[in-house]
Amino acid sequence: MTAANITLMQIQDISAGYGDTPALENITLEVKQGEIMGLIGPNGAGKSTLIKVISGVLRASAGEVYIDGQPITSLSTAARARRIAVVPQARQLGGAFSVRQAVLLGRTAYLGFLGKPGEKDLQVLEWAMKETAVDTLADRKLAEISGGEQQRVLLARALAQDARVLLLDEPTNHLDLKYQVGLLRLLRELVDKESLSILMAMHDLNQVSGVVDRVALLVNGRIQSIGKPDVVLTPENIQDAYQTEVELFQHPQSGIHYLFPKT
Amino acid sequence: MPRRPFLIVSVLLGTALVLSIALGAVTIPPGSAVRILLNKIPGVDFDNIWPAYFETILWDLRLPHTILVALTGAALAGSGAAFQGLFRNPLADPYLIGVASGAGLGAIVIMSIPQAGRYLVPLGAFLGALITIVSVYQLAKVGQIVPLTTLILAGVAIGSFTSALTSFLMLISDQMVLQAMSFLLGGSTVTGWDPLAVALPYFSIGLTLLIFSGHSLNVLQFGEEQARQLGLPVEKVKLFIIISASLTTAAAVSFSGVIGFIGLVVPHIIRILWGGDYKHLIPLSIIGGGITLLVADILARIVMAPGYLPVGIVTAMIGAPFFLWILRRAKKEVFW
Repeated sequence: MTAANITLMQIQDISAGYGDTPALENITLEVKQGEIMGLIGPNGAGKSTLIKVISGVLRASAGEVYIDGQPITSLSTAARARRIAVVPQARQLGGAFSVRQAVLLGRTAYLGFLGKPGEKDLQVLEWAMKETAVDTLADRKLAEISGGEQQRVLLARALAQDARVLLLDEPTNHLDLKYQVGLLRLLRELVDKESLSILMAMHDLNQVSGVVDRVALLVNGRIQSIGKPDVVLTPENIQDAYQTEVELFQHPQSGIHYLFPKT
Repeated sequence: MPRRPFLIVSVLLGTALVLSIALGAVTIPPGSAVRILLNKIPGVDFDNIWPAYFETILWDLRLPHTILVALTGAALAGSGAAFQGLFRNPLADPYLIGVASGAGLGAIVIMSIPQAGRYLVPLGAFLGALITIVSVYQLAKVGQIVPLTTLILAGVAIGSFTSALTSFLMLISDQMVLQAMSFLLGGSTVTGWDPLAVALPYFSIGLTLLIFSGHSLNVLQFGEEQARQLGLPVEKVKLFIIISASLTTAAAVSFSGVIGFIGLVVPHIIRILWGGDYKHLIPLSIIGGGITLLVADILARIVMAPGYLPVGIVTAMIGAPFFLWILRRAKKEVFW
């Protein structure tokens, strides 16, 4: 974490839902510059919904999200995309595009209607591909590369947006262990180097401690607990949230908490 | 921008244009046809070694007809490519999803009003196309996506409905039955320079708008949610593309009737040959559509010479088997 304790993203009293079904109620949290905030909770707890609200795909019924103090509802679609980038789960990417074309689409918010890239766009494109090590795949078609590589392409595309806030929705799903570890390490590096802020929905509880600075536990659309991983990831909290009895183990060297279902 | 594909389609288009001007009930040798054309350029002066009626046939009949056919093919293939990109569905085609039938109905409605001027026909077709596409889209949509099956089913249903209305209108206004029949079969009944002058603005505006939408279509290929997260104002862009593609379809239908399968077959071939980047796919499909419909039209003229087979019959005979082939391929989703 950087020394500067600056809040980059402020989520203030957000409520949202689909039709009459509420999915989020009074969510308030902040993500600091250089911080990775994890988002955990059982299926249907509202993790994806929160990401949709922040990225402007779903309108909140109440509350506001501020980036650098600016309310996002006051921003145009393009202006918001220059501040917040989303890394979706890689599944069934349109195969017709090359890796380079796909990453270049991350510049959409900077390009005109015709999508003609300028010199700066091409520089950012090359940088983003290099950071995520997909530059060697630049001319391959998306359909021809592996799931782990596709996920890195989506990260490269998000980096090309040159946004300070990155939102990730369970990015390690469908990835082999090697790619999971690689991706999470890469995120840590990027956050430290570029002082980004990351909010990341996570599925695997045991990946949380080693990666995030803080974590929020979401249950039924509400934040049940928030703080450092060892404060949130207690057997009591997890049992309450997931309705499953778990046991806590502490890594002998790192002291990191691991949780396993009781057998 | 890759040069080679554009070079190839341009050469093919040039060849098709010359052949279309030369061939027919009376064959004008292609060499003479080209010289007659070039003679119009100031400073160029070839000797008139051809009968004078060649010039009449060429100028008054073949050339305006050829240009209209090329524009129609271009419009159908261009709007087909745009609809496919918009719905992210390889089977979207102005004919199959009912837009062309809707435009046909709009055109017939205007034609059946005695007070309405001929110049209002494209406007009627445009409104018909727009209403159809919005209905089909709403019917076919399942959540955020437009699946293959529902799109075709909704298109067939709406298409049959508008066709029935069209038939009904034709029956109750008998003096125009023949004209309308031939029009709907895609007979390119309109000839001469005057209708072409009316048609030209519709075609040029529609086609230009389609070419401009290439980048937006590319972004949309990742789905509407991701497109919005990338900074694309999705609703505005969708409206823009729907209006451009409907306008282009309406122009084609207003002046050449309902011609099927060009909008499906041409973009598909281009995609297989040169990939799915809509910045290239749209302009290449436009040129390819011109070539394809010209060839179909030449066949239509030769097969029943000196009569003329409606070109819609030719495109359906060739296009329907091709459609089935795509349907089988689409399951593998190789290019999507």
